[in-house]
Amino acid sequence: MRALRFLSLALALSVAAPLLALALGVSAPALAQQGTPRGVVSAEDLEAATLRQGGIISGRITIPDAAQGNLIQPEGKAWRDFHNVTLAWVGGIAVLGMLGVLIMFYMTRGKVMVNGGMSGRTITRFNLLERANHWMVAGSFIVLGLTGLNLTFGRHVLLPVVGPYTFTAISEWGKIAHNYLSFPFTLGIVVMLLLWAKDNIPGRLDIEWFKKGGGIVGKGHPDSKRFNAGQKMIFWITVLGGAAVAVSGYLLIFPFQGTDVADMQLAHIIHALISVLMIAAILGHIYIGSVGMEGAFDAMGSGQVDVNWAKEHHNLWTAEQLAKGGVSGAPGAQAKPAE
Amino acid sequence: MARMKFLCDADRCIECNACVTACKNEHEVPWGINRRRVVTINDGKPGERSISMACMHCTDAPCAAVCPVSCFYTTADAIVLHDKDLCIGCGYCFFACPFGAPQYPRVGNFGGRGKMDKCTYCAGGPQEDNSRVEYTQYGANRIAEGKLPLCAEMCSTKALLAGDGDMIATIYRERVQKRGYGSGAWGWRTAYRMTVAG
Ligand code: HEM
Ligand code: SF4
Ligand code: SF4
Repeated sequence: MRALRFLSLALALSVAAPLLALALGVSAPALAQQGTPRGVVSAEDLEAATLRQGGIISGRITIPDAAQGNLIQPEGKAWRDFHNVTLAWVGGIAVLGMLGVLIMFYMTRGKVMVNGGMSGRTITRFNLLERANHWMVAGSFIVLGLTGLNLTFGRHVLLPVVGPYTFTAISEWGKIAHNYLSFPFTLGIVVMLLLWAKDNIPGRLDIEWFKKGGGIVGKGHPDSKRFNAGQKMIFWITVLGGAAVAVSGYLLIFPFQGTDVADMQLAHIIHALISVLMIAAILGHIYIGSVGMEGAFDAMGSGQVDVNWAKEHHNLWTAEQLAKGGVSGAPGAQAKPAE
Repeated sequence: MARMKFLCDADRCIECNACVTACKNEHEVPWGINRRRVVTINDGKPGERSISMACMHCTDAPCAAVCPVSCFYTTADAIVLHDKDLCIGCGYCFFACPFGAPQYPRVGNFGGRGKMDKCTYCAGGPQEDNSRVEYTQYGANRIAEGKLPLCAEMCSTKALLAGDGDMIATIYRERVQKRGYGSGAWGWRTAYRMTVAG
């Protein structure tokens, strides 16, 4: 009897409790919030929090592909903004801006000439190994740069001109070229470091060189050993930037090998940003090495530079070389007269 | 025109993976590619839920926004599809996708990762409807036959809903009203920039 009475009381209470709660003004179950027998969880709140704070909503899956355990990764939005907005602007301004600056510079300053004219005597500036390595790096860099920029800008620039199927063919070959030319590029960067690092260590002369505007912007030629401060900058941009681009690039080439989607996004951001900045720097380098300065191209072409050019641009190095007796072609002996 | 969406009622999903199997079989999806999968969050803890997830066919789709060859298109029913003859397998859509939907047949990048594959909402691709080529590249085109995606049709608990967004939202809201609870529509805030409530 007592047990029965207790039971009916319990029953009555369990019916009354929710009614009481209602009477006290506790609202009826709102969408997506109320307690359930399986604990409370709200998709909307979780998603709102991840959208605000970053992070990934993930769980357990029963298939081998671990990347599939991520249910929602809102970081995709930040990466999209980087790729479509930040990279497009930074890359566009860096590359077009640099081209604009160089054209303006050429029109106002003109070609940097050898003041004393060409002597007709030459000395060796770069040997065959140095030149071969330079052109291996330069050749692969140009293709890597163009095929990379195609991924960023091709669909706005090239796609409307050539149509979707041709553009896909170009991009597909571009991707293959980008993947495989990474090897000669990386090898070349390592060889470059071994060959030239010792001549590219910054020193006191470099400060002077900058103060005098490198003899390009300013007047007169500052003292310089084998490489001047501007060349040293290009060297370290190439070697350090190249290393960063290579490491991040190989992470991208082997997707999800020890990396997750957030690492891949970061590797891509580093790769793309450093790449476009390097392209801008190298455009300046190409300018000085070709149309920008008389006599400069020979250094990487034949490897022989005119003694007068060498004296003006690298006086201390030239003095060293002349002391060693590395001059070829006595004045007047060569058929080619000095212009 | 309908605005097609998926909605997984996680309070009903029992992680039976019938949707995954139905999808694999209907489209003869190759090994290693999962157009749909079931993720269990808070496994073994309070708040454990299983959610069946595939491409959500997003509004202003992130995959389409970043594709370097612009190979995506959106159908009149707001289904996000892509052209495999144009895809170069770069993997960018996977970086941008909030739901990890894009899949690739190969892991390496040398020689390519292959053409991206993802849920088509059973709507095939740009080839002629229900042609042999369309089936080989994209799988069945049930939408062209007036049917809804097979995963949702097969769901034994009717946790997974497919159809016009407003209609499935109404069904879901009625359920929540009746039973008094619901964890909400997973992915809706991210994919459609709205919640199921309104
Ligand atoms: C070791 C060298 C390199 C490796 C391994 C490498 C690898 C990659 C990979 C895997 C991608 C992603 C796209 C794809 O899968 O095709 C990529 C994109 C890109 N790379 Fe490289 N790369 C290297 C060097 C360079 C260099 C030297 C440049 C510039 C001169 C460059 C510029 C770019 C650019 C601009 C993108 C595209 C960014 C975008 O729009 O998303 N890369 N690279
Ligand atoms: S879920 Fe991913 S693949 Fe599907 S439309 Fe959205 S971004 Fe694109
Ligand atoms: S993998 Fe294919 S569909 Fe995806 S972004 Fe690259 S080219 Fe476009």
